Amino acid sequence: MSISIRNVSKRFGAFTALNNVSLEVGSGSLLALLGPSGSGKTTLLRIIAGLEQADTGTIHVQDSDVSQLSAREREVGFVFQHYALFKHMSVFENIAFGMRVRHTPHEEVQSRVNELLHLVRLEGLGSRYPSELSGGQRQRVALARALAVKPRLLLLDEPFGALDAKVRQELRTWLRRLHEEMHVTTVFVTHDQEEAFEVADQVVVMRQGNIEQAGSPQDVFDHPATPFVMDFLGHVNVFHGRLEAGQMHLGGIAVEYPEYQQPESRDATAYVRPHEVELHRVPQGDTSLAVRVVHVNPAGPVIRVRALSAAGSALNVDLSPGQYGELKVRPGEDLYATPKRVRVFLPDDYSI
Amino acid sequence: MHPSGVRTKKSAGGLVADEPLWLRVLLIAAAYTVIGLLILVPVVYVFVQAFAEGWQGYVKNLWHDPDTRHSIFLTLTVAPLAVLLNTVFGLAAAWTITRFKFPGRTLLVTLLDVPFAISPVVVGLMFVLLFGMQGYLGPSLRQMGIKVIFAWPGLLLATTFVTLPFVARELIPLMESLGSDEEIAAVSLGASPWQLFWRITLPNIKWGLVYGIIQCHARAIGEFGAVYVVSGRIAGETDTMPLRVEKLFQEYNNPGSFAVASLLTLMALLTLAGKYMLERYIAQQMAATRENTES
Repeated sequence: MSISIRNVSKRFGAFTALNNVSLEVGSGSLLALLGPSGSGKTTLLRIIAGLEQADTGTIHVQDSDVSQLSAREREVGFVFQHYALFKHMSVFENIAFGMRVRHTPHEEVQSRVNELLHLVRLEGLGSRYPSELSGGQRQRVALARALAVKPRLLLLDEPFGALDAKVRQELRTWLRRLHEEMHVTTVFVTHDQEEAFEVADQVVVMRQGNIEQAGSPQDVFDHPATPFVMDFLGHVNVFHGRLEAGQMHLGGIAVEYPEYQQPESRDATAYVRPHEVELHRVPQGDTSLAVRVVHVNPAGPVIRVRALSAAGSALNVDLSPGQYGELKVRPGEDLYATPKRVRVFLPDDYSI
Repeated sequence: MHPSGVRTKKSAGGLVADEPLWLRVLLIAAAYTVIGLLILVPVVYVFVQAFAEGWQGYVKNLWHDPDTRHSIFLTLTVAPLAVLLNTVFGLAAAWTITRFKFPGRTLLVTLLDVPFAISPVVVGLMFVLLFGMQGYLGPSLRQMGIKVIFAWPGLLLATTFVTLPFVARELIPLMESLGSDEEIAAVSLGASPWQLFWRITLPNIKWGLVYGIIQCHARAIGEFGAVYVVSGRIAGETDTMPLRVEKLFQEYNNPGSFAVASLLTLMALLTLAGKYMLERYIAQQMAATRENTES
């Protein structure tokens, strides 16, 4: 089922949670709403579910307007951040709930619940109570419960937010696989960009009630549309300099920027990812900047180096273990940094 | 300062053990004396007086006096009815207050306490002014053939008013702490409001509700002031048990008065026992849940 969100706005008192948001979600896709808290992502999810009413705008599911339908008529499966399992019911009864309230025949309930217990790998735990399960197991019960009524859409609100790192990792992979099996249109909310990129096939970055950018994970990561997206999707170094005739001048160095070919010079801010900076022992002509290393963190698959330029601005560089092995960076050393790729965001009136 | 050293968890709780022995003995003795003199002796004395003429006298006083019999019947009718009304009202009020945001919500919570704050006698007077023959609503109700003051509807009204906050007061903090997550989940799974109430809300609040009902009932049985004013104290018609106790006492019928009083006390003690058992049961349940969560 495809979802079409058209011009949806929502205010809570003086606070604008959603500002005229429009979005298309393709049938069978797995979409992540990504953004910091207060960006409106959860509000949008709750409006799709019918748990919240939009002030203006409509929600269409497969070309029919569902805006006026109540939550119980929308046939969506909703998974809450804190699971919201029914404490006084066994796992079996939790999963069966949606069918019980629809008066589904007993045998059908029995077989469907067993099928779902198998799907979420909780066979044999049907008689347990939620308090007897681990966090990861509870979240899987919540998912099975949402899937039991064969929803048209599956909506998840920060589904792995309350779990520890290892369980979260497992569940991400598992959700991805589950989606490939079921193919139900799924939207989930997260503030964790890593999670969004790993699980989703569509990522929507939100900020202050607006959609900043929507696209495939690779698209969004490689071609961030705004400085906010660039900044939100990972660490970034910020430089202020001048742009002219295909080159960005930062301090004493020049970096290629072929997207801007106008001869007139203008102020611009350049963004450089830490892994797109190279470090050298010797100067590389006018493309490298002298820096002093202040801190090296060699733990983990990426070696994080923090350096200061002569002008006193901080520079973060990520090195692969291979590069680190060659260079053997120590704090206090003087090195030369070469940005390999810069991104410049120009206001619309200057765009080419 | 004496060296405290490293205290284990157990001795940290036993701070009292540092006090001198004589002080502990004195304090404990004082506590027992006060409770004994103010609570135990009067309660026992009620039963002693009630049985002053032996078993047969007791039964005769309670059962062979038609007015006393009627007062027992009246109390056992009016009190449960008031509890029933307040259970329905308490559930509705708690639901409204905890599940919806609306203007005047805080004011409503404050108004809920009015019956506790106003003296019951004033409550009775209020109803007389409102429903009495000289009141605002009394004459027109009378034309419809409904008598409120000096009749059982007045008793029910006064008792309900005085015990109004018990159930709601018990449920509001409970429902607030439970939150509405489970209820929202149930709605998104397709539950109707009715199914939501019976399958999700009620099982979650049942012990709080029972607790509120027990307290409400205890108060409803013993209500005196408001009922005194609205009833007109017509023997065999509007006398409830507490009113009967007072009337018999005024008539120097001590054995009769104490017999009814002992029955009231017995009901109170049963309520107390019920409350105690419920508290123990809930504590056990919670301990069991905690164990399960920890393992």
